[in-house]
Amino acid sequence: MKLLHHIGAYFLMLRLVFIKPTKGKVMRKLIFKDIQVLIIGSLGIVGFLSFFVGGVVSIQTALNIESPLIPKNLVGFATRQSVILEFAPTFMSIILAGKVGSFITSSIGTMRVTEQIDALEVMGINSVNYLVFPKIIAMLLLPLVINISMFLGILGGYAATLYGGFSSSADFIEGIQMDFKPFHVVYAFLKTLLFAMILATIPSYQGYYMKGGALEVGKAATVAFVWTSVVIIVLNYCLPDDSTTQHNESIRWA
Amino acid sequence: MIQLRNITKAFDGREVLKGISMTFEPGKTNLIIGQSGSGKTVLLKCMLGLHQPDSGFMLFNNNAYQEMSDSQRRTLRQEMGMVFQGSALFDSMTVLENVMFPMQMLTKKSDAEMCKAAQEVIDRVNLVDAQNKLPAELSGGMQKRVAIARAVVMKPKYLFCDEPNSGLDPKTAIVIDNLIREITQENNITTVINSHDMNSVMEIGDSILFLKDGVKAWEGKKELIFKTDNQAINDFVYSSRLMKKVKEVYQ
Repeated sequence: MKLLHHIGAYFLMLRLVFIKPTKGKVMRKLIFKDIQVLIIGSLGIVGFLSFFVGGVVSIQTALNIESPLIPKNLVGFATRQSVILEFAPTFMSIILAGKVGSFITSSIGTMRVTEQIDALEVMGINSVNYLVFPKIIAMLLLPLVINISMFLGILGGYAATLYGGFSSSADFIEGIQMDFKPFHVVYAFLKTLLFAMILATIPSYQGYYMKGGALEVGKAATVAFVWTSVVIIVLNYCLPDDSTTQHNESIRWA
Repeated sequence: MIQLRNITKAFDGREVLKGISMTFEPGKTNLIIGQSGSGKTVLLKCMLGLHQPDSGFMLFNNNAYQEMSDSQRRTLRQEMGMVFQGSALFDSMTVLENVMFPMQMLTKKSDAEMCKAAQEVIDRVNLVDAQNKLPAELSGGMQKRVAIARAVVMKPKYLFCDEPNSGLDPKTAIVIDNLIREITQENNITTVINSHDMNSVMEIGDSILFLKDGVKAWEGKKELIFKTDNQAINDFVYSSRLMKKVKEVYQ
């Protein structure tokens, strides 16, 4: 019952986000501020993790190729597929649930604890729109971050393969070009947009409706991270992708 | 003027306000006093529209809040100013930005007009030197003065203060009390203050409502406090040695 209550309250909050908007001039400032904090502020950690995880993916793939019959360009191919389809959109979103999500929950939660949200309401301002809408708009730039993550992930894989001596530069580049479907990138971006909405709204919900003091702000940030991660993983599992479609087709023909 | 008629409010079946009726007049500092948990803040939040009373009527200048449309309620809210217990200043904004904020959100004034109006109010609360500082750089008393400036910058008809001098030293508390009283009289505002500070009662209590366990236990002027034989308010007022001494001297 409690879960149903939260789901209902979450969707009611989403409704409030889009009614009685804040003045455009004020909103523009808030959006740019949130882009600075949520998007540009995440580039460092995203770049660092993407480069090294891309490297790890390629090393693990290379180390597990034992048969001489498997071409060496598989390392590049596997790195590209893993990074574009799963690592960049899904796992980066989960990592950002920790960084961006806990920031959103704790900043809104602190405003709740210190009565700043009450102050907005008393002034006749739609506090949900004022606080959550700019975060949603800022997070819609997440595909740009994921784009950088894809590039750096594959670059990390390339560097690890080359300097680890697992395959040649030509093999790796051939691998990342092999059987490339641009739709995979589009699919990853669409998935990212959905995750961006989740990343902006679930932590906002946890912060906005929290009760208590400083300790509860910390608890709310943890709960926000857990629920954001769970929802992203479940949605990622439920979303059909090209490879799933191909798999289903092969099963049907078999 | 604010008139409360038989206001009740319960949370999870527990009655917090039990049929409160009272009239708060303009140009006066109306105090709601009582122990912690007596329902003062809930009553204030009902008047602010942050809680909906379960029953009863609230009339703002003879207009019943319960019969107002959403847009009328929004307009009414823009006629209210609130000083929160913890000041509730926006951390990331300077003093000037905090005071300008309600105008930025609710008016179509130019930046220069807003800045001028904000500076006038900041000057009124003697914080000109601190206008470019962040709230974290200010003392508790200065934060309260910023909160008062922000609450009155839109020239409200109604001013609500939730324990405006809690956590302040007695001297600063008197400065804050007197500032609220002066602003109330200058602008003929209906001011309602939540307090359990007897110094405030004696300094600025034009009209006093005493709540006990959600019930109106006493109302009257501050001068009458020493003359009443109401046991509930006597227990509250003379709970400290200082006030017992004051009573002896008074008598």
